[in-house]
Formats: sequence, C-alpha cells, structure tokens
Amino acid sequence: MPSGAGELGVLALQGDFREHRAALERLGVPSREVRLPADLQGLRGLILPGGESTTMVRLMEDFGLADPLRAFAESGGALWGTCAGAILLAKSVEGREQRSLGLMGIAAVRNAYGRQIDSFETPLQVTGLADPFPGIFIRSPKLRPLPGAQKLEVLAWLEREPVLIQQGNRLASSFHPELSADLRLHRYFASLAGLPV
Amino acid sequence: MSETATLRIKTGFAEMFKGGVIMDVVTPEQARIAEAAGAAGVMALERVPADIRKQGGVARMSDPKMVKGIIAAVSIPVMAKARIGHTAEAQILQALGVDFVDESEVLTPADDNFHIDKHAFQVPFVCGARNLGEALRRIGEGASMIRTKGEAGTGNVVEAVRHARAVLGEIRKLQAMPKEELMSAARDLAAPYDLVCWVHQYGRLPVVNFAAGGVATPADAALMMQLGLDGVFVGSGIFKSGNPEKRARAIVKAVTHYQDPQVLAEVSEDLGEPMVGINIDTLPDEERLAVRGW
Repeated sequence: MPSGAGELGVLALQGDFREHRAALERLGVPSREVRLPADLQGLRGLILPGGESTTMVRLMEDFGLADPLRAFAESGGALWGTCAGAILLAKSVEGREQRSLGLMGIAAVRNAYGRQIDSFETPLQVTGLADPFPGIFIRSPKLRPLPGAQKLEVLAWLEREPVLIQQGNRLASSFHPELSADLRLHRYFASLAGLPV
Repeated sequence: MSETATLRIKTGFAEMFKGGVIMDVVTPEQARIAEAAGAAGVMALERVPADIRKQGGVARMSDPKMVKGIIAAVSIPVMAKARIGHTAEAQILQALGVDFVDESEVLTPADDNFHIDKHAFQVPFVCGARNLGEALRRIGEGASMIRTKGEAGTGNVVEAVRHARAVLGEIRKLQAMPKEELMSAARDLAAPYDLVCWVHQYGRLPVVNFAAGGVATPADAALMMQLGLDGVFVGSGIFKSGNPEKRARAIVKAVTHYQDPQVLAEVSEDLGEPMVGINIDTLPDEERLAVRGW
C-alpha cells in the first residue's frame, strides 16, 4: 500500500474527471488530478473516469503513463474504472485492436449497448447496498469476466450481463455513478483504498 | 424501468467529451486519422468551413451515405451538422444513428426566425452561441451542449475568444447580482428566467461549453481551455494544414496539458504549415457566419 496523506487520484487526461472529484469532495475525500507519472506519487487509489477510451490510451502512451500505472497497481494502489475507465482496466478489448492496461481479468466489448440514442438509465441491485443504485449507461461497454480470473466477483448484473465487477481492490463499472447524486459507490471505493469515510 | 433520452443521459453524454477535441472530417479515411490521433469525437460534414467559405452556394446536411461511412469507420462518437431550423435534416441524422446533432450556423440557415425544437429528439444537440442570452435560449430549446461560434473556416481565433469572454463575463455578472435583479437581467439577455436563476446560483452554464470557430494551433486550443471552456472543436484547422496527423495529435495533447507550458512548447514544434488564415476585420458582413442564429 503506497503511503500518503490519504488522497485519491482521478485520471484527468480526458472525460468527466471533474464529476468524480466533485463526488469525492462531497464525501470529504481529498483528491488530485493525474496527467503525468509524477502525479501518482503518494496516492492510495486512482479513478479512471468516463470519456473516450481511445483518447485516453493515446495520451497515456504519449506521456508514458501506462507502466507507472501498472506499478502503482502492483504496489497496492486501488483502481476504479467507470465506462471508458473500465475499458482501460480490461485485459482485452473484444472485436478490435485496442491496447489497454490489462489490470483486471475482464474483456470489454465497446459500445455494446448501442449508440447514443440507445443510452439509458435504470435502477441496479448492487451487492452490499440496501437500495437500488441509479445506473446511468452512456454508450457503455459490456464487461465479460475472463475464464480463470482469480477472486473476481460480480457485484451488479443487468439482464444477465455483469455491470459492476470487483477483483481485489480493483473495481470496474460499465455505468457512470459520477453522473448521479448517489455517493455510495464512491464511498465504497474510498474504503477499498483504505480511506476512512 | 429503463429510460432513454433523459436530460441526464443527453447532458451526461456531453460531459464525456470534456477535455477532448472533436474534429471535422469529410471522409472515413480522415475519421480514422482523427480517431488514431486521439479525437474524442468526429464531426461528419461534406465540406469543411474553409471550403464552404471559398466555394459559396447553399451548404446543407451531408449525404447520408457519407455519414454512414464515417459511422462505420470509427468507434468514437460521430456528430453531424443540420441547418438552423431544419427539423427534417435533424430527423434524418437521428435516423442514421449519429450520436450528436450540431444545429450549425456554418451551414446555410433553413429558417431565419426559429431554431429546431430539440426537446422533441432522442439524439442530443450542440448549438453555437456568441453570448449568454443566445446560449440560454438554445439550452431552453433543448441543447445539451454549447460551443462558441467563433468565425469558422478562418483559422483566426479572435472571434472564439470574443464569444467565450462574452459568455463567461456575463455569467460572472449574473453570479454577482442580487436575486431581485435577475428578472430584468433575463429580459435584457432575452433568456429564460429559470435558466438565468440557475446560472446565478451555480456560476456556470447548465451544460458543457466548448470552443469552436477558428482554432488552428495547439496554442489556440490551450488558450480556449485557459479561458475556462470545457473542450475544443477543430474544423478546417486540421485537415487544411500541411500535416493533419501530427497537428491533430498535438492539439489533443494541448487540450489535456493546457496548463503546462513545457508540454505546449514541445507539441507546438515543427507541425508543418498551418491553414492559411483570414483576417476577420477584412471579412464583409455578409460572409460572417457567426451572425446566423436568432
């Protein structure tokens, strides 16, 4: 576990990183934007936000972030990818040649719910949460657990598709909790990162 | 219990473009170049604004075949332009599956009094604005994203700066006003009162606000981000330049690292010929696109 003052990072290459920071702020969790490898120093966990995964991959490679991110994960830093961020965490991206970090035992299928006019919101039953969570799906990927993936748990399903997956202290969601006013998943992630909330 | 095309789904989608660059493309090949360079989206159109300016004539929605070709070529979101007030063009674009419709002054307006009722659509809309009143009227009609108009196809960023400063300055003014002055402010802005109150309370537009119209270099893009906009549209600036691929990648990097002059210096180096610009002061009024919109 990296030491530090109990701060979380939000990858700020592109996308809705401000919404994640606003959610953390409402929880009283300090956060920092991460654009370059040095920004990872001392963080307990990192959120990879929604946005365009191809854009983020491009910028990650151009600024040498991929290996430092893997090292961050190996040293115990918690990770949570939402939508595009989940694609970045996946081991593979189905149906196309797209690089990813390969930090979770899942495959991502991009835009698997259709184009923007098919985007939708729907309440989700999440393991460990008493009431349904607002699921906001915007050009979302489907996430498929890979055979043989260790310690992988599906925390929420939507019509027999996993939409929230945990593996150790890593989380992937196909939907956007940061666009809702519901802070429960941000609180859960902060606890995975070992922060008191 | 599943709902589509809610306000949150439309405006939330617009949030996903933040910190990103949306690039004008006229062929599937250009769309692929834009995607590989890191574009957060592409705008499919038949002619870039610089050519519309040069060739004149009526500029319309693109051929559906071309739009479909671009949709098939890339995995990133595809936007396309409809003429101001042209409800049928927008319906066609929605039927084709475009992810966003730009009701755009760059095309020849189809209606010189009214804009499209954008609430009536499943697909979200982006509209241009020169000032806060115009931005709030478009949002009142259902726009999920606002962009400066700038002066498209000129490669000259001055109008985009002017529009950004106008919108952001008027927002600051509203914020500082006591509540009892807001109704008169709404009257003067010709903007819906409830939206004026919203801006007063939160100090920003209720939707994302992008730069467009004249951005030609990484430094231009960084300038617009520093002014406080959420992301950048680049039209003629990329594919009318000497090395589109390199310039596209440089602008993408500049939008992410807009606060880091070291990175901006590196990415601005050796980009080849920029598009030839137009001095807007010498542009006759009838050739100004930004005045279109009511």
